Amino acid sequence: MNMIVPTATPATPNGTTRPQVRIVIVGHVDHGKSTLVGRLLHETGSLPEGKLDMLKAVSARRGMPFEWSFLLDALQTERDQGITIDTTQISFRTRSRDVVLIDAPGHAEFLRNMITGASQADGAVLIIDALEGVRDQTRRHGYLLHLLGVKQVAVVVNKMDRVDFSAERFRQIGDEISAHLTGLGLTPSAVIPVSARDGDGVAERTPRIAWFDGPTVVEALDALEPARPLETLALRLPVQAIYKFDDRRIVAGRIESGSLAAGDEIVIMPAGKIARIRTVESWPVTPMQESQGAGRSVGITLDRELFVERGDVIAHVGSTPRDTRRIRARIFWLHDKPLAEGASILVRLGTRETRATVVAIEKAVDPGELAGVETRAIARNHVGEIDIALAQPIAADPYSDNPRTGRLVIEVNGRIAGGGLILSVATGKRSIPVDIVPVESAMSAGECLARYRHKGAVLWLTGLPGSGKSTLARAIQRRLFDNGGSPILLDGDTLRAGLNGDLGFSAKDRSENIRRLAEVATHLARNGHIAIVAAVSPSAEDRSAARRIAGAAFREIYVATPADVCERRDPKGHYAKARAGALPGFTGIGKDYEPPVASELTIDTSSRSVTSAADELEDMLVKTEILLDLSE
Amino acid sequence: MDHLDGLEAQSIYIFREAFARLKKLALLWSLGKDSNVMIWLARKAFFGRVPFPALHVDTGKKFAEMYAFRDRYGREWELDLKIEPCPPLETIDPTLPPAARSAARKTEGLKLALAKYGFDGLIAGIRRDEEATRAKERVFSPRGTEGGWDVRDQPPEFWDQFNASPPPGAHLRIHPILHWTEADIWAYTRRENIPIIPLYLAKDGKRYRSLGDQDITSPVASTASTIEEILIELDGTRVPERAGRALDHETEDAFERLRVAGYL
Repeated sequence: MNMIVPTATPATPNGTTRPQVRIVIVGHVDHGKSTLVGRLLHETGSLPEGKLDMLKAVSARRGMPFEWSFLLDALQTERDQGITIDTTQISFRTRSRDVVLIDAPGHAEFLRNMITGASQADGAVLIIDALEGVRDQTRRHGYLLHLLGVKQVAVVVNKMDRVDFSAERFRQIGDEISAHLTGLGLTPSAVIPVSARDGDGVAERTPRIAWFDGPTVVEALDALEPARPLETLALRLPVQAIYKFDDRRIVAGRIESGSLAAGDEIVIMPAGKIARIRTVESWPVTPMQESQGAGRSVGITLDRELFVERGDVIAHVGSTPRDTRRIRARIFWLHDKPLAEGASILVRLGTRETRATVVAIEKAVDPGELAGVETRAIARNHVGEIDIALAQPIAADPYSDNPRTGRLVIEVNGRIAGGGLILSVATGKRSIPVDIVPVESAMSAGECLARYRHKGAVLWLTGLPGSGKSTLARAIQRRLFDNGGSPILLDGDTLRAGLNGDLGFSAKDRSENIRRLAEVATHLARNGHIAIVAAVSPSAEDRSAARRIAGAAFREIYVATPADVCERRDPKGHYAKARAGALPGFTGIGKDYEPPVASELTIDTSSRSVTSAADELEDMLVKTEILLDLSE
Repeated sequence: MDHLDGLEAQSIYIFREAFARLKKLALLWSLGKDSNVMIWLARKAFFGRVPFPALHVDTGKKFAEMYAFRDRYGREWELDLKIEPCPPLETIDPTLPPAARSAARKTEGLKLALAKYGFDGLIAGIRRDEEATRAKERVFSPRGTEGGWDVRDQPPEFWDQFNASPPPGAHLRIHPILHWTEADIWAYTRRENIPIIPLYLAKDGKRYRSLGDQDITSPVASTASTIEEILIELDGTRVPERAGRALDHETEDAFERLRVAGYL
């Protein structure tokens, strides 16, 4: 039971490329969307051989009159009920271009599918039944087109045969819908009278609509413009991932707008760190010299080791997105449970995901109603404006500045529940990273190596309180120093008294504590020192963030002393206090320590001397090429 | 950026999203033209390597040329190739029409492989233009714990934001070339010089447009003996791509029923 239209071949044999436009057909249920699509396929000679006869036979067998919509309503249940459930796509050719038609369901229950379909479109055809006129779903779809950023709309007034091809009725409907759309900032490119079932106005201007001097549907589709990549806007490259498959450290992502090339000075947002693009990597031929524009999926390497992660946005110096924790957006809501003030949600913006809280809701209405009554929460299939506070800073643009990075989706329980356009980045400040100019060390890595006999490194000792981290850290520090090295101890507790004095023990504060330790340690390592970090650091995720910050200089040492031994030692009296209930959030007696699975070294200090533990640590540093092997 | 560049960039984006958001991926390699393009795109996405296994669910009934192709390019492309057999036909629902029953065997083989390795994401090379129910697919398409497709409750998917959190025990199908057409596949294969199985090219007035099991796939009449000629042929034809696939034509809704049960 195939439904293929192989005549659509955007890549033609002679190698030329015809423009391709993607058009969604929307409108109220039963106003004739699928029928119009079926008729368009027939009129443009796009139906596969035998398809029409087969469908006629199926209809006859089922005792149903033939409907053009059977062509598209592929799913058995759809044919049984005579409605479209999910969105589908099909292609055909007009004189000048390839058209991908997206048929979207009109039934209110399947609005999520209409949105899935319409979000992929360059333009839309809004269809209205001449007899029924503008209905709630007509208005709702119009509103959603505006929210989805679809700016080109042609209106088709269908079933003109039912109103005896009345020019008066046509004008009435045209005026009403034009006023509605114009109010949303959408001006219809054409309003066309048709009978999709009989073919009037679809590909031909028949005598029954002789009074109409506008375009046919096919002509109107020909006039819709394909989407243009946003090369003229400022560069936005949301980072998808960092790959280290070989000795290259490749930052991968898709250029959403603007363009880039090797040598460009860039800023990594929201942190505001500056670097230069060293190379643009590719496969099978690499590197690429020519500039890469919007729409391309690229991989770049930078001229310095910076902490970059998925969700960051790369921009050019001087035209960065805003760095913000507060966003105002106009959204549509698809979840059964209404979105209310105070709700905790997951927001996805580009490749960044962050938790957020809904601070305020305004203008929540049913876009299908003519005079919408405002509600406090945004109900399913309704729209509204929300003010959200984000758990972490992100890089964002208002939609009016950048349609690609100015939109977000909201997820509830792992499923997309809504989405919308960023109206403003409320309390965001324009970051001024141009003021930050990293200063390189006056000594080269080679000079440091010659003096210290070791490379710069971050030794990260993690383990339960009382496991012996600080003792081991001090032992290895002493040994490195005695050998002429430059070890610096960063003890978690010690730094909490100063640098990290503003932080508590919530998961968020602990992450920040680790991040600062990692940044300081990495800075020391870059200057040739060995930074020895002794910190419980219970979260595996925080530790991998530290590893990402330090990169190749990172060595993780898991001090794996059994919990009962740690508690017996209790050098700082913490276990006793925790048992007495005086230290909530203390790691040790709870189960919140996540042991490393791939540390460079694991040491249990319960059954060995400090000296032998330090020996083993020193061996590891030689083997992993931090310490020069003096025996050679 | 031309049409093929645009398709390629979108596919690479999908591959990278899948790799970033799922824990245990596998790419379903059927050895056909579409899945070869898919492997090529994965290598583009990950700079030469495919960082997850290529899974061939083997019915044991493919053409000899297909097995030769698999053995050669599995090595040349340095794939982590996993070959998983399908259960015997006798264990499959005997009420299904013959070709559908044969296809259902593949679905069962897939389920066994899923249970064996615990993949949470399967990358599959289906396209919207192939078949009507595939046209309704999502790029990231959730499957139930039994591998089933709940076509009535597909999640919304827009702006390249994908639903990537399968419930425990379930998996996702990821469709990186959903937006490609048959002609796109050939034009790209030609542009990138991707190797193909020679059965696609006409010999003695016939060629295979789509390759499946030997006993349920038949060739179409054609004189196209080069990819250029295939492209010219496709430009004029009104015969569907899967016309040679018996299972699509047994009953009106055979394909939909197979897909609901977990077929590709």
